[in-house]
Amino acid sequence: MAQVFKPSADIILRAVILIIVIAVIVTVVSGWLYWHSGWLTDVAEAPEQPVPFSHRHHAGDLNIDCRYCHYTGEETAKAGLPTSETCMTCHSQLWTEAEALRPVRQAYTEGRPLWWQRVVDSPDFVYFNHAAHLDVGVGCTTCHGPVQEMALTYESHAYTMGWCLDCHRDPAPNLRPEGAVTAFDWRPRTGLSETERQALLEARDVHPERLTDCYTCHR
Amino acid sequence: MTGRHLLPLLLCLLPLAACPDMADQKRPDMAEPEPVLRGPTSSLPVPGTVARGERSAWDVLKDRPEMTPALLERGRERFNIYCAPCHGVAGHGSGLIVERGFPAPPSFHNDRLRDATPGHFLSVIENGFGVMYPYGDRVRPADRWAVVAYIRALQLSQHAQVSELPEPLRERLP
Repeated sequence: MAQVFKPSADIILRAVILIIVIAVIVTVVSGWLYWHSGWLTDVAEAPEQPVPFSHRHHAGDLNIDCRYCHYTGEETAKAGLPTSETCMTCHSQLWTEAEALRPVRQAYTEGRPLWWQRVVDSPDFVYFNHAAHLDVGVGCTTCHGPVQEMALTYESHAYTMGWCLDCHRDPAPNLRPEGAVTAFDWRPRTGLSETERQALLEARDVHPERLTDCYTCHR
Repeated sequence: MTGRHLLPLLLCLLPLAACPDMADQKRPDMAEPEPVLRGPTSSLPVPGTVARGERSAWDVLKDRPEMTPALLERGRERFNIYCAPCHGVAGHGSGLIVERGFPAPPSFHNDRLRDATPGHFLSVIENGFGVMYPYGDRVRPADRWAVVAYIRALQLSQHAQVSELPEPLRERLP
């Protein structure tokens, strides 16, 4: 009986297996890279704004506190985008002829806010409360990154659920002392002992066991 | 696969096409034009609105609160956020924004402002004065009293007589 497969069939079989293995590896690696890249999450991309506002200038160089403009964050769920009147508090006297600030003057005269584009747009099924975080000492740069260094404001990292949970499972290192929520130079605590961790949680009445409940963020 | 199997399969996939993007639901976000009343979603409440369970602005403003370390601490924090950019951290009227060209406000350390009533400061914070814009929306009524208390402390810090200091403090002077 004649052989069904010629000797060359062996080579073809090996080649096909090799190609399949390579294809699987390439798919997995490129998928992983894409998943963790900024393409999917818009990290480091600054959306176009009505005015090229620089946090580096206002917060970094001029050392204006975050709450000067975002003044509802301590008491309400939303930090609030500044009204055009807030901008005009200074710009009624400074850079009054600047072309870049024309939209600010126009909005102010028309009695409306500027239509700022959200940099961090959390999904609508996520409930985030600024006041709840500031109240226990989770400060601005902990989530928003080094805003004081951003000429145009961008997402400093991907706001994934996993990233939120990292802190909700172990919030102690990010709990700042009283009065430091808007400090730019505060760094998360490292090398905390279990006792120190518990003391921090207790001082701020934070209960991690409740922070991972679904309804903490999805309500 | 025969056509007999294809149709049910396609029918099973059909509901997926109607899957809404749950990240972007049909509700207006803050400052987005709101579909019914056509104003911004987070428009301002009617003037004089008092939230349930809160005191009215006048109720908070009419009596001076007791001077406590906590009030002063709150006042310092609020002063450094909202006032120091122009008035400077010590109230001399030379904050960073003034260095960048904003008209200098008067120093708190002169006879006119040392003699001014608390009501004067409360009114200026709420309504503004000269080129200073109103801060009534940024500094809440109770905080305005705290800021006034802190301004008083600043004034005292630059205008205290050594003879009036308590003994332990006087000994620490150089």
